[in-house]
Amino acid sequence: MANVAIRNIRKSYGKTQVIHGIDLKVEPGEFIVLVGPSGCGKSTLLRMIAGLEEITSGEIQIAGRRVNELEPRERDIAMVFQNYALYPHMTVYNNMAYGLRNRGYKKDVVDQEVRRAAETLQIGDLLDRRPGQLSGGQRQRVAMGRCIVRHPSVFLFDEPLSNLDAKLRVQMRLEIRKLHQSQGVTSVYVTHDQVEAMTLADRLVVMNAGVAEQIGTPLEVYDRPASTFVADFIGSPSMNFLNAQVIEHGKALHLPDGRDVPLPVQGLDPEALENMASVTVGVRPENLKPIEDKGGGWLRLKVLMSETLGADTLVHGTVGDAQVTARLPGAATYAPDSLLAFGSKPEHTLLFDAGTGKRIDASASPAPAATLATGQ
Amino acid sequence: MDTRVHFKSWWLPYALLLPQVAVTLVFFIWPSVQALHQSVLAQDVFGITTRFVWFDNFIDLWYSREYLRSFSRTLLFSFSVTFIAMSLGLLFAVLVDRILKGSSGYKLLLTWPYAVAPAVAGVLWLFMFNTSTGVLALTLRSMGIDWDHVIRGDQAMLLVILASAWRQIAYNFLFFLAGLQAIPRSLKEAAAIDGAGPVKRFWTIIFPLLAPTTFFLLVINIVYAFFETFGVIHAVTRGGPGQATEILVYKVYRDGFVGMDFGASAAQSVILMILVIGLTAIQFKYLERRVHY
Amino acid sequence: MVERQPWLKGLTHLGLVLGIALTMFPIYIALVASTHDLGTLYSTVPAWFGNQGLQNYALALGQGADAGVGVARMLFNSTVMALGITFGKIAISIVSAFAIVYFRFPFRMMFFWLIFVTLMLPVEVRIVPTFQVVAHLGMLNSYVGLTLPLIASATATFLFRQFFLTVPRELAESARIDGAGPMKFFFTILLPLSRTNLAALFVILFIYGWNQYLWPLLITRDDEMVTVVMGIQRLVNVPDGVVAWNIAMATAILALLPPAVVVIVMQRQFVKGLVEQEK
Repeated sequence: MANVAIRNIRKSYGKTQVIHGIDLKVEPGEFIVLVGPSGCGKSTLLRMIAGLEEITSGEIQIAGRRVNELEPRERDIAMVFQNYALYPHMTVYNNMAYGLRNRGYKKDVVDQEVRRAAETLQIGDLLDRRPGQLSGGQRQRVAMGRCIVRHPSVFLFDEPLSNLDAKLRVQMRLEIRKLHQSQGVTSVYVTHDQVEAMTLADRLVVMNAGVAEQIGTPLEVYDRPASTFVADFIGSPSMNFLNAQVIEHGKALHLPDGRDVPLPVQGLDPEALENMASVTVGVRPENLKPIEDKGGGWLRLKVLMSETLGADTLVHGTVGDAQVTARLPGAATYAPDSLLAFGSKPEHTLLFDAGTGKRIDASASPAPAATLATGQ
Repeated sequence: MDTRVHFKSWWLPYALLLPQVAVTLVFFIWPSVQALHQSVLAQDVFGITTRFVWFDNFIDLWYSREYLRSFSRTLLFSFSVTFIAMSLGLLFAVLVDRILKGSSGYKLLLTWPYAVAPAVAGVLWLFMFNTSTGVLALTLRSMGIDWDHVIRGDQAMLLVILASAWRQIAYNFLFFLAGLQAIPRSLKEAAAIDGAGPVKRFWTIIFPLLAPTTFFLLVINIVYAFFETFGVIHAVTRGGPGQATEILVYKVYRDGFVGMDFGASAAQSVILMILVIGLTAIQFKYLERRVHY
Repeated sequence: MVERQPWLKGLTHLGLVLGIALTMFPIYIALVASTHDLGTLYSTVPAWFGNQGLQNYALALGQGADAGVGVARMLFNSTVMALGITFGKIAISIVSAFAIVYFRFPFRMMFFWLIFVTLMLPVEVRIVPTFQVVAHLGMLNSYVGLTLPLIASATATFLFRQFFLTVPRELAESARIDGAGPMKFFFTILLPLSRTNLAALFVILFIYGWNQYLWPLLITRDDEMVTVVMGIQRLVNVPDGVVAWNIAMATAILALLPPAVVVIVMQRQFVKGLVEQEK
């Protein structure tokens, strides 16, 4: 087990900077997930940890040792690739033994390690096969086996599940979690899939355009997203956003449908909003609670259509020109053009700076303050 | 953006390239520079002194009826070989493409002549047409055609054309067949449903779709006929009778090694190089277009 | 095919049989001639095999028709030249393609273009100066002189480069993480993966090497160094005009047999090799 420290890492290709200074401390045994849309730099960051990309500036330490100048093989890491990168001309056994042999381990040690890893991953009966004869899930296991035989101090995963079908993906996700629980190896995992990110991570790094937008536990990121980007990226269906004008010196909001409502958040000093012309109100679909009393609640939704998912129902509609979705428990249908009233708990109602997209912190809010991405 | 990993070593890539680069420099670049150099020099008749003559060697060639005749002869030869080899190759490819069962046997039998060296092909055809014992020469004579390629230049030309084309059919056949088999069956079927008969279908649908293959083969066949047929000419006719079959590449050889006229030979080499570069450029332009598809 | 008419099918097969007759006829004539004595050949045109085959082939292989050098020796020379060119080309091309694809270094593109120009300079267009260079280096009349000047190959380098670019880059990355240096990666991963390409290239280059004509013609001075493809012309261009056609045809058959066998045995690799050259 080792910690990984990333200090102000930057990466440029020629004049184009793609990673704009990221800081991250991975604790020993921690499972960190880098998540973000494609092109956000998450894979590049992982590959810099692996030593497959040059570091333009900044420093990476593994187990307290600066590794910037070290070759991948000297960093004591192992990596699972998106396409597994199994050597197609070697048997499963030789694929797993290759790294050990290159490091000069004795034959019986190699054999012992390979067989033990194969047993852990339940691929003992596949050892004589070639990658071409394996199913996707089996290849995935071999790729992981190739990592664990070497007992590296850090595991790196580069979208390892994206080539699997949906059902297998869920299964392998659980296995990766199980493997991490039993082996406890520090892991950095890259994915664009928010469900994978939420279920696997001890902590998430949500990346956007080469910047870490937020670093925190899955719940922190979900409940207290640092920006509209994070709020939008994590959660499905994603958070509803309403552009509202600040009126009455920050004590009330003018919503897109023309209604004026008192500030629906708790504990926020109105003076914080006083100098702002407008804010973005964010509320997750499941946090919108229907209000029977037609006069209550702060939101009026004009129904466009509803989708019944069985356990719950998604109601899509508009508030002025804004699209809003609410997730309601149970199965029901709602007539188009009917007007529904919703309220939300103040701690579930978030305000974001309309210009920067950053969340306006309600200091008195009951949820723990989110760790901000930069400046640790 | 090139994100492929690269191994790090300041000396290893150079060491790996060294053999290829050394051979290229010594046996390709240096002789070519020599050819360029010699092409602007003239040697006196005793081979004792050389002097710089600018482009006189090229100008001499331009005014040399012998050279110009060799040039037009080469064009005639090349286009004949190309036409025969390509049309027969296409014909056989179309026929094999029609066959469902047993096509691999036909394919093998039509392909293997590519293994025969041009010079050996020349000798085989020379035997069939030799005036004293050749089966085809005697047959022609019995039909009243006076075959004697040793004396008659046009017949000698026909002989080297046939021998050169014979071997090249196999190559064209293979590429045309590959091209035909790449055409989706549904296209042919759609044309059949549209009421086109097999012949019409071929010229309106299949042949246009083969255009890239045809163009590629055109260049390859011309290069083959220009340069690689040296063995046929040398083994069968030695450029004769007279100069009736002396194509350009044979003339470079004869002027250089028999006539010892290095300046003229070098100038001809330079012209041939320009021709090859032109043909390669055309081929690459075509290749590039293919890449975009 | 779409049509089902029997006459069309018959016509197809007829056309193909004629085509095969065209390709096989010269071989058949040569085979027949190689089994008769010379007197028979000069008096009739035999249509079927004679009984002099063994003697003719033995004579050809042993001392040859012009009492110079036997075909056995020529075949040996051809084999040395063909294999030398084949393995030489493959060896220097695969390592240079490896360098160009898997390393970044100053003047990389310059080297790439340097190799590329060899494509434009076939030996036929620079006959005299190449001969002079080889003569200067004292390589005339030697196996080195016969093979070395022909082993630079842009085609093979491009083919390997093309193939290496299709090898998933993650394999190299994974190998690096697994502790393999460049040469270890080359020998344990890249080379085994190139097997089918190596086989395809082998067929093409063997034919290329075996069928060389002009170059051996220029640089072999000794009868002992003559290759069979080049040597055969000496049998049919005899000063007195009486060609020993039976021996010449036996020699022709022996000359075309090795590459033909390679093509027939390795048909699949041959087709692959030819078609991939185009790319």
